Parts: sequence; structure tokens; C-alpha cells
Amino acid sequence: MFPFSFEWIWDMSHMVFHGGLWYALSILGMGMTYCIIKAAYDSVKGKGGHHSHGHH
Amino acid sequence: MDSVLIPKGVERCSIGKFALFIAVVGAVLLWGVVAMLLIYIKGLNQTNMNNAYGFALWIWADLAVIALGGGAFFTGLLRYIIGKDELKHIINYAVLIGFVCYSSALLILAIDVGQPLRAWFIFWHANVHSMLTEVAFCLTCYFGVLTIEYLPMVFENRQIDRVPFFHHLGHNMHAIMAIFAATGAFLSFFHQGSLGGVTGVMFGRPFGYRTGLLIWPWTFFLYTWSAAAVGPCFTIFITRITEAVTRKKLVKDSVVDLLAKIAGWMLLTYIIAKIIDTWYWAAVTAPAAGFTLMDFYSNNPGSAYGLWILIAEIGLCGVVPAIMLVTPSIRRRPAALFVAVTLAVIGACLNRWVMVLQVQAVPVLSFETWFTYFPSWQEIATTILPVAYGIILIALSYRYLPIFPQEQELNPIEGGK
Repeated sequence: MFPFSFEWIWDMSHMVFHGGLWYALSILGMGMTYCIIKAAYDSVKGKGGHHSHGHH
Repeated sequence: MDSVLIPKGVERCSIGKFALFIAVVGAVLLWGVVAMLLIYIKGLNQTNMNNAYGFALWIWADLAVIALGGGAFFTGLLRYIIGKDELKHIINYAVLIGFVCYSSALLILAIDVGQPLRAWFIFWHANVHSMLTEVAFCLTCYFGVLTIEYLPMVFENRQIDRVPFFHHLGHNMHAIMAIFAATGAFLSFFHQGSLGGVTGVMFGRPFGYRTGLLIWPWTFFLYTWSAAAVGPCFTIFITRITEAVTRKKLVKDSVVDLLAKIAGWMLLTYIIAKIIDTWYWAAVTAPAAGFTLMDFYSNNPGSAYGLWILIAEIGLCGVVPAIMLVTPSIRRRPAALFVAVTLAVIGACLNRWVMVLQVQAVPVLSFETWFTYFPSWQEIATTILPVAYGIILIALSYRYLPIFPQEQELNPIEGGK
């Protein structure tokens, strides 16, 4: 799973499989981190009212 | 009693009636939980799986719910990436159905692996030459995407929305939802495909083996294609059932018609590709391995796997619903639409059954006979368990969350609420 694992080999299969996994996890992780930090910031600033907004 | 939790401007049944409904479905859920605990405590000897059926009823259920849950990624792709804005009125429900399907798949897998405490091995000690590793990676990540897509709906609950942090979090998540939806489509393409690839690469099993493009057998593309076609059909199917149970119109006909039309064309193109694939397999691939088409469809106990299954999957549950869905005058008739999406859903389930269970039943060596298998009650109960869980989650979501944006407009309440 990580390059420091004893079974890791620097070959195409490991790079493609794990590259894809970490690429997806990074997008989800960064996206959610941004949303959470911004939500905390907006809450502290008291930004916006309690309006109903349709998602999607 | 729970009126403060119910969305504004909509009507719901009394809490007593709702509790009774949940209790009835909950009893079925409990039956499944008992079977699940038996399997966890006593082990896989509670099942009728054997050396011929290392994967059994569960793997079919897994593949079927993943295909049917494809409505979430494909509707998300249409809505956020292709820009079919009208689908915003049904995307919430597609996401909820997808969330139920994928959480069910993970639940079944957690039972199927036999050693759930070692389930993390597939990530930590990944076999990078296995399509199932790709499935595990993408499935888990995509479930994360579905959770991210479902959470904003939860945050829109009247009481949760009053908490500023959750209000802003839901709003922020919605603002960048296109990024999550695109990631979800990317992940879905690969795990749906890899599930098909698992069967397609098994050159030791001529019934499932297919030629393909580079490292990908044709089944890789057919699975993704069929999930994109049938997923929206399942969304429409569940929407119609929900409307019947609630006795309300929840989504406008124009929205359903658009989704049905797209699903119809996807299904028609898929079924043409599937017919070509089947013909090539029957005429070239299987004979090259020493088999004729009828070797796979004859001389089995009770003729359970006769040619009828091929005709039912491709003809009755493939060509027929595809033609019904692409013909405007047919798909605009509610009864015909329901028949078409039901046939399409059955077709996908049949396809997954054939590709994972018939594959294991067909004898490969000349001295073998057909392998038979019938699931134990524990297997059946744990397969029904996710259905009960899905019904409960959908019922709770419908009652407390604004899942259907058009519900208020389609069902106005005298004097408001």
C-alpha cells in the first residue's frame, strides 16, 4: 500500500493501482478538508442565513 | 411527535403508522442479522458453498446491486458533467438508491470474505495483478463518494440545518459536487468494468472467457455499459414503487421520460454489443477451447440452464425493454414504462447470475458433470438483509429529508404547513 512496505516494488502495476487509489483518495480528502475548513470559517464569521437551498 | 423533523410543506403519515411499517421490515432485518451473527460466530460452514462454488449467492447479490446502483454515477455524470440540468429533480433519489446498493454490497462482502477481521489485507497486501483488487479499491472509494453525495441531504434536515456548521458544510459540499461526481464516474467505470473482467479473463472457464482489447476482456466494457443502462432503470423502478406506496406523484413525468429515454438508448446500444459479443464467443472463442454453444446449455440437472436463460436475458429482458424505452409512445405510458424498467432490471440480474453462477456450474473437464448448489437459509437471509435495510433507509430518508425537490409543487397542501 505504501512504498515503505516490505512487499512494495517500483513497477508499473504498483504505480498504476496505488497511484489510482491515492489519486482518488487525495481528491476526496482535499475536497472534504476544504469543505470542512470553509464551513467552520463561515460559521465563525456568521456568514449567510438559514435559507433553504435545494441540493443537486 | 416528530413533526419538527419532517420537511416543510410536505405531508407524511402518522408516527404510529410509520413505526409499524419499520417494525415489520425490521423483523426481516433482524432475521438477516441473526443469520449474519451465526456466520460470524460459527463460520462459513453455515453456508452451502463448496469447492465448486467458492463464491455463491452472495457474489451474485453483490454484482447485481452494484449494477443496479449504477444509476447514481450515471445520473451524476449526466447532471454534473454532461449538463442535463433537468435531472437535478431525481439525482437525490438516484444517490440514495446508489448509497443503499453500495453499502449493501459492502455488507455482503464483509460476510462473504469469511475472515472480516482480515478484510483490510486487500488494501495493505494488495495483489496488483488481480482485477478484484481494483474492484476493492474503487468500490471502497466510490462508497466514500456516495457518502459525500448523501451527506448534504442529511444536513438539509430541518433540525440539522439549523446548526450553522452543518448548514455551511452541506452548502460547500454542494458547491464542489461536480468534482466528487466526476471522481465517482471515474471510479465506477473501473470497478463496474473490473467486475466483468474477473469472469472475462478466466481462460480456464470457456463459458466466461472472452477475448478483448489489450488487458481488458469485452466483459469489462459490457459490465460498465450495462450498469450505466440499467442503473437509471432501477432508479425509475424504485421511484415508481415509492410513488405507489406513498400514493403521491414525486417526480414530474418530463424528468422520468428524459432519464428513461437515455437509459433506453444506452440499453439498446448495450444489447447490440452484447449480441455481437455472444455471437463471437459462441462461434469463435468457445469452439477454440473445444466447446460448442450447446455444451453450456444442455445435460444439466433439471435443465435449469437451458437456452431459455440466454433468450430471457438477451431477448425478453434486453431487446424488448430497449425497444420499449426508445419508443416515445410506449415509454410515455406509465404501465409500459414500469414493465420496461422491470424487465431491464431482471435482465441485469440474470446477466450477473449467468456470469458468476452458471460459470461455476458448467463442467470444464471431460470427466466432470454439472455442479449443483442451493443456498442455505443463512445465505438467503443475509441476502435479504440488505433489502430490508434499504427499505428502512429509504423510508427514513423520505420521511425526514427533502429527497424530492418537486414533491411540494406536485402535492400542494391546503393552507401550507
